[in-house]
Amino acid sequence: MIAILDYDAGNLTSAKKAVEYLGYSCVVTSDPREVERANKILLPGVGHFSATSNLEARGLSTVVRNAIARETPLLGICLGMQWMFERSEEALGVGGLALLPGRCKRFTKPLKVPHVGWNQLQVRDGGRLFQGVSSGTFMYFSHSYWAPVVECTTAQCEYGSTFSAAIERGNLFGVQFHPEKSGEPGLAVLRNFCEL
Amino acid sequence: MLTKRIIACLDVDAGRVVKGVHFSDLRDAGDPAELAPAYSRSGADEIILLDISATNQKRSTLLEIVRKSAQHLFVPFTVGGGIRSLDDASAVIDAGADKVAINSAALDDPALITRIAGRFGSQAVVVAVDAKSSLDPSGIYEVWACGGKQRTAREALAWVQEAEDRGAGEILLTSIDRDGTGDGFDCVLTSSVAVAVRIPVIASGGAGNAGHFVQVFKDGKADAALAASVFHYGIDTFSGLKQELTLAGLPVRWPC
Repeated sequence: MIAILDYDAGNLTSAKKAVEYLGYSCVVTSDPREVERANKILLPGVGHFSATSNLEARGLSTVVRNAIARETPLLGICLGMQWMFERSEEALGVGGLALLPGRCKRFTKPLKVPHVGWNQLQVRDGGRLFQGVSSGTFMYFSHSYWAPVVECTTAQCEYGSTFSAAIERGNLFGVQFHPEKSGEPGLAVLRNFCEL
Repeated sequence: MLTKRIIACLDVDAGRVVKGVHFSDLRDAGDPAELAPAYSRSGADEIILLDISATNQKRSTLLEIVRKSAQHLFVPFTVGGGIRSLDDASAVIDAGADKVAINSAALDDPALITRIAGRFGSQAVVVAVDAKSSLDPSGIYEVWACGGKQRTAREALAWVQEAEDRGAGEILLTSIDRDGTGDGFDCVLTSSVAVAVRIPVIASGGAGNAGHFVQVFKDGKADAALAASVFHYGIDTFSGLKQELTLAGLPVRWPC
C-alpha cells in the first residue's frame, strides 16, 4: 500500500488518480499510523513552503523521518522535494527536513514566475527512477522556487539557473516536475517508483 | 529550454463541446470526456475546459464532466466557467482539475484571486480576461464580463496587472474581436499584456493556421496559445503544428 500524505498542500487527486491508473493501491491520509504501515510514501505538494509546517502539526514529520531511516521508499513531488532541503526563501522561518544541503531560491527577473510548462531534463545519472526515461525528455513543471544541484541530483533542468529536477539517494527520491501531469514519460517515472 | 505550450480548449455547453464565432452561433464538436484524453495523446500540452453557460443548477453536471474528462488525463487540466467562490474552486479541483480559470467573478470580487491562490497556490489560478478593442482612437482594450456580453469600466492592462498583484499564476487572454474567426491572434493586444506582467500569458482567439501560432509566439510574445476550432474540425493537428513551430525556430515539446 502506498500512502499519499495529505497535509493541505494543494491537489492530491491527480497523484492518486495516476497511481491507481498504473494499477497500484494507495490511500490519501494524514493519519500517522496509516503512514507507518505503508510500504511506500508519496509526498506530493503544490503551494507554499510554509504548508510543510502542517506535517509537523499533524505528527507526520517524525513518521516521515522514521520511515526514511527504515529505508521505506519515499518520493517527494515539487514542494515535497524542496522540503528535503534545509530551507526555502519562500518561508525562511520554516525549516525543511535538511536531508539535503542548501536552500531553495526564487526565480528572479527577467524570468516569468512561476516557471510553468514543459521543460527538458538533463539526466546526469538515471538511477532507478529514470529507468527507460532518457535525457532530453520533457516534463511538466510549475514552481516559483528552485532547489540547488547537489551530489545526489540525478536530473537537472535549466530556467535562468540550473536546478535540481530530480534527486535520488538510497530509497529517498524527489522530483521537481509533476510526473502525474507529464504524460507517458511522467507515468514511467511514477511506475518506476511504484515498482520498487 | 522551456517550450511554448499549445493548449486545446473545450468550450462546453450542456455537456457537449461546442464552438462559436464571436462567442455565439454554437456548433457541436463532441464529448469532452473523449476529446480531452484524445487531444492529450495526440500532442496537446494542456487542456482547458470552459463551461460557457455555467449556472448554479448545472454545477453538478459540470463536476461530473470534469471528473470524467480528468479520469485518464495526465497533462495539466484547467477548468473555468461559473467559478464564483473558493468552494466552487475546491469542488472543481477535487473533481480532477489542476487549475481553475476565473473571469467574471474576479471582476466582481478581485479578492477571490487571493483567496484561491492562498488555498491552492498561485499556479492553480488562471485569470481569464476577455478583451475587446475600444472604438476610442487611443487604441486601448476594454475588459468584458459574462462571456463577452457585459462591458466593464476596466482597461485590460490595468486589470491584468492587478490580477498579477493579487496572486494570479497565469493570464488567459482572449480577444473577443478575433474569437472563432480564424483570422489570427491579436498580437498587438497579446504583446502589450505579455510585457505588462511577469506571469505567463496564454493567447486565445483567432487561431486559423500554424502561421498564426508562429506570429503570436514571436510578435505577440505569448508563453502559450490556445485554440479550439482548428483542432475540433481537423484544420490542423498538433504534430503538424509543432513541426511548423520547430521550423520557425520555436521550442516545442516533441515528440510527446
